[in-house]
Amino acid sequence: MTNFPLFPESASTVAGQIDAVYFALIALSVFFSVLIATILIVFAVKYHHGKQVKRERAGHSSAKLEVFLIGMPTIIGLSIFFWSASVYFHAVRPPADTLDIYVVGKQWMWKIKHPGGQSEINSLHVPLGQPVKLIMTSQDVIHSFYVPAFRVKQDVLPGRFTTLWFEATKTGEFHLFCAEYCGLDHSRMTGWVTVMPPAEYEAWLARGGQDVAPAGGAAKASASTPLSQTGSGAFAQLGCNACHVPTSALRAPRLEGLFGKDVKLRDGSVVKADENYLRESILDPNAKIVAGYPTPTLMPTYQGQINAEQLIELVAYIKSLKGEEEDDAGH
Amino acid sequence: MTTLDLQLPHPRRDYLAAGNTIKSWLLTVDHKRIAILYLISVTIFFFIGGAAAGVLRWELLTPAGDFTTSETYNRTFTIHGVVMVFFFLIPAIPGILGNFLIPIMIGAKDMAFPKINLASWYIYMVGGILSLASMLIGGVDTGWTFYTPYSTSYSSSAVVLMGTGILITGFSSIFTGLNFIVTIHTMRCPGMTWFRLPLFIWSHYATALIMILGTPVLAITIAMVAVDRVFGIGFFDPDKGGDPLLFQHLFWFYSHPAVYIMILPAMGVISELVACFSRKPVFGYAAVAVSSLAIAVLGFLVWGHHMFVSGQSPYAGLVFSILSFLVAVPSAIKVFNWTFTLYKGRISYATPMLYVFGFLGLFTIGGLTGLFLAALAVDIHVTDTYFIVAHFHYIMVGGSVMAYMGGLHFWWPKITGRMYNERWAMLSAILMFIGFNLTFFPQFVVGYLGMPRRYHEYAQEFQVLNVLSTAGATVLGAAYIFPLTYLLYSLFKGPRAGNNPWRATGLEWQTTSPPPTFNFDKTPVVTEPPYAYDVEDDEEFDVIHPQGGQTV
Amino acid sequence: MSSSSLSSTSAPKVPGDPGSADPGQAVHAHANPALAHHFDDLQQQHEAHTLGMWAFLATEIMFFGGLLVAFVVSTTMYPVAFDIAARQLDWQVGTMNTTVLLCSSLSMALAVHFARVANRKMTMLMLLLTVFLGTAFLGVKAYEYSTKWNHHLVPGASYNFEPWQHHPDEAETRLMTRAGVLTANGELNASALPAFQTRTQLFYGYYFTLTGLHAVHMIIGAGVILWLVFRVSKGQCLGDGSNFVEMTGLYWHFVDIVWIYLFPLLYLMDRSS
Repeated sequence: MTNFPLFPESASTVAGQIDAVYFALIALSVFFSVLIATILIVFAVKYHHGKQVKRERAGHSSAKLEVFLIGMPTIIGLSIFFWSASVYFHAVRPPADTLDIYVVGKQWMWKIKHPGGQSEINSLHVPLGQPVKLIMTSQDVIHSFYVPAFRVKQDVLPGRFTTLWFEATKTGEFHLFCAEYCGLDHSRMTGWVTVMPPAEYEAWLARGGQDVAPAGGAAKASASTPLSQTGSGAFAQLGCNACHVPTSALRAPRLEGLFGKDVKLRDGSVVKADENYLRESILDPNAKIVAGYPTPTLMPTYQGQINAEQLIELVAYIKSLKGEEEDDAGH
Repeated sequence: MTTLDLQLPHPRRDYLAAGNTIKSWLLTVDHKRIAILYLISVTIFFFIGGAAAGVLRWELLTPAGDFTTSETYNRTFTIHGVVMVFFFLIPAIPGILGNFLIPIMIGAKDMAFPKINLASWYIYMVGGILSLASMLIGGVDTGWTFYTPYSTSYSSSAVVLMGTGILITGFSSIFTGLNFIVTIHTMRCPGMTWFRLPLFIWSHYATALIMILGTPVLAITIAMVAVDRVFGIGFFDPDKGGDPLLFQHLFWFYSHPAVYIMILPAMGVISELVACFSRKPVFGYAAVAVSSLAIAVLGFLVWGHHMFVSGQSPYAGLVFSILSFLVAVPSAIKVFNWTFTLYKGRISYATPMLYVFGFLGLFTIGGLTGLFLAALAVDIHVTDTYFIVAHFHYIMVGGSVMAYMGGLHFWWPKITGRMYNERWAMLSAILMFIGFNLTFFPQFVVGYLGMPRRYHEYAQEFQVLNVLSTAGATVLGAAYIFPLTYLLYSLFKGPRAGNNPWRATGLEWQTTSPPPTFNFDKTPVVTEPPYAYDVEDDEEFDVIHPQGGQTV
Repeated sequence: MSSSSLSSTSAPKVPGDPGSADPGQAVHAHANPALAHHFDDLQQQHEAHTLGMWAFLATEIMFFGGLLVAFVVSTTMYPVAFDIAARQLDWQVGTMNTTVLLCSSLSMALAVHFARVANRKMTMLMLLLTVFLGTAFLGVKAYEYSTKWNHHLVPGASYNFEPWQHHPDEAETRLMTRAGVLTANGELNASALPAFQTRTQLFYGYYFTLTGLHAVHMIIGAGVILWLVFRVSKGQCLGDGSNFVEMTGLYWHFVDIVWIYLFPLLYLMDRSS
């Protein structure tokens, strides 16, 4: 009971901007509430039925006043709209160079996978001052990833990736909540986000995501194989490398440097190769055929054959394949 | 003004005297008796929903989940939401006050379709009983929003029964809306032109439009959830090719306008009350009337603001955000016009007027906090937290319920012919205002702190605010029990109210209290605009110094 | 001070406002058994009934509209799978059924006409013809449902869609290869099968929900018409009282129009070209 805050901590770059809109709205609300309350009280007292005051020519309507009453809230509303929308777009659009961490929600826990392969449950360790992007999906129902101190929230859906980004500005531990009702233990689907100075974060990663160094240090290190490396294994195991490698005899779209690029499709449209595109192309290869390739594709579909975590590993692997074609062009 | 009954050769029979048998009530087609049926059943549902709220608040007294299990807690907030939304707020003012007053206010003998009117009460009861039954046979823990795929693939099968109950009740709402629209269009008495209609009628007309155009979309959505569950089709389940966001779009396409089904009738009540107790016409009558229609139309275009963090496109979010700011404008117009009505009025603080003051204060706060949610950036943080819970309770309880209580007290003498105890009524109104603010204001703070809604257990630092809220809920609960007591008491021991204790204008005050079965002995003829009050008339109301006996 | 008065003198009638202008007429009107007690005259009653029916039909449009919007969304998500599934519907049977339903609308319109001119025999005949045609439509629909059941195309545990087993034509084969369920050599691609099954099942989910709701509306309509036949046989609902026949007609035409939308959307639409 000693801990009795009235305002949440602000620990991300967007928190201050969102709070600014919030305070402006509070100022506006207080102004209008007090205005209405004052007018009500003054009229209620001044024109109380027992009072002898002038009541003639009160007027029953005024076109000018009504125009003002339409115009004034419209202008105020639109001003706030533009301001808050610009903050919103900053808050939902991740910058280019983010640390990508993968999140899988399931009843009733958060599974976190770091690119280095370190995994945690119901806790997320991130470095200070580094933009972090979470690529999230759910294994069952809809959840919502919510860190009040960062003022960020995003629903986590089954069957697709949603993303959320933040840059922490304070070290410490912050609440992580599930904000979308997800069944029995919804209120226990909580955890902590730990923000560490970059050096400590590196050390934490090196310990394989353990708070203290494990007893058999070397043995433990193998547990944290980088995600892209695990994904590379899955890539081979699932037979992806039969086609999707430069040396393959079979023609398949090249994956090196693919991530983040625009892809021209067979029907002439262009899509951005983001996580959701990779996901869809693995699970339903016929959904979007790359220009110059036949339909149907020769690639089998992996719907129902790989789980959410393997999918994340594959996506991480494909994202790690940096553009070699520029080298090829050089030679 | 003189009392017209005195000229009648024999004592008239009022609608309450038309029969005392159970059959005479259950098979009545008199809109006034149907209103009484609604009054009884809506009150029962209100106290069921209220008891559920009590359980929730009691559990939230401490951070640990120690009073109920999480399963019970989840089912309890589902009962609370479903009962309060579908079986209390939506039917309350339209079903009771709307049914009773609309035909009388426009000078008609009854609704256009009296039998359909009775049928809609039966449909409502069947839906209500099925929904409560679903709680007994297994319990539903989806919340009143039934989000998929939780409701279709995970929660218990009782969802189908509860869905059926809500679907059936939806048709009650549709039939009520249908009756209102047709009655208002075709049954107005001579001289009752559109711009002589009381604002109560305008707001119910707008409500009825939403009822007939929005409710069927909810019906089909719930039907799809049920079909999904029974046949495993997966309309809304991504594992089966469906889309969970499609459900949210369809659900909110109805459920956002449904908010206006709950608040528009309340606005109509406030217009009547504010005019009567200021002895002045409502300021800007035309603006207030048209703003009701504007709310009904714009209300259909803003459903996506419930989905800013759902994964819908941020560009869609932009459109829904700007429209949500615009839908606030007609509400603002109304608040300002009601406030200006007081200017140079002759104001008295009878109980209904206390509720008007309460409504204006709380609805203003509720409306302004709506702007926080329309603002994309802030909504990311506060959506799905207690901030939302506080916001919509300010609108629904602070707005709708305050207006409902105000309206009930205002028309009680007309409905029953009896006057309640003014002291108790004032005390309850004041307690309700205090209890309400104590319950819900702390929830704004705890919401911005980050406490998510629908949490059975919560973090330590949220406790103080939750204790305040629970304390407020206790006061609020008591404040709701008082009216039940003194209103029931007034039925037997209350003084006779007279035909027009408030000396109000409007056709309902021109007939006797309680009105005769066909409302008027002769079809009335309207020759004046509404709210023709005389501000210089400084006579006191009978009710302020109740003498008992007939008003003359 | 009162905004109105309970005047006994006859009031000036407001334009567009049906009211009892002439007390004598009102007394006469109340003697008419076709006029309900709470209406002033037949014109007002007719206006109320007509507006009520149109408002109800607006409700019905929103009801089917919600489902159709969902259907269109799913259609654009899976055009190819929906096309293959839709090709299993028999468009010839569907066309025949459309004709039957259009004819029933004609007979219903004639029934309304004969009821207005108080021709009891012809009204009954036309109403019975409408019910007959409606029943024929439902019979054909039941036949279609039973073939879907026999082919395991009813969503649920027994759902199993294997169009490649039924000598698919060239267009079907092309669609199946586009869906990835057949390889370029015409062999079955087992890995694509589960997704193919759920997506086509989704189509049949919409098919049965849409046509099922339509059929329920038809059954209700047929029931109301049968009741009308009974009333008309006793000489009621004719002439001044033909309102009820007219309103039933509006409803029947609406149900007909719903089918006019469902038929091309389900049977004919080519989504994937």
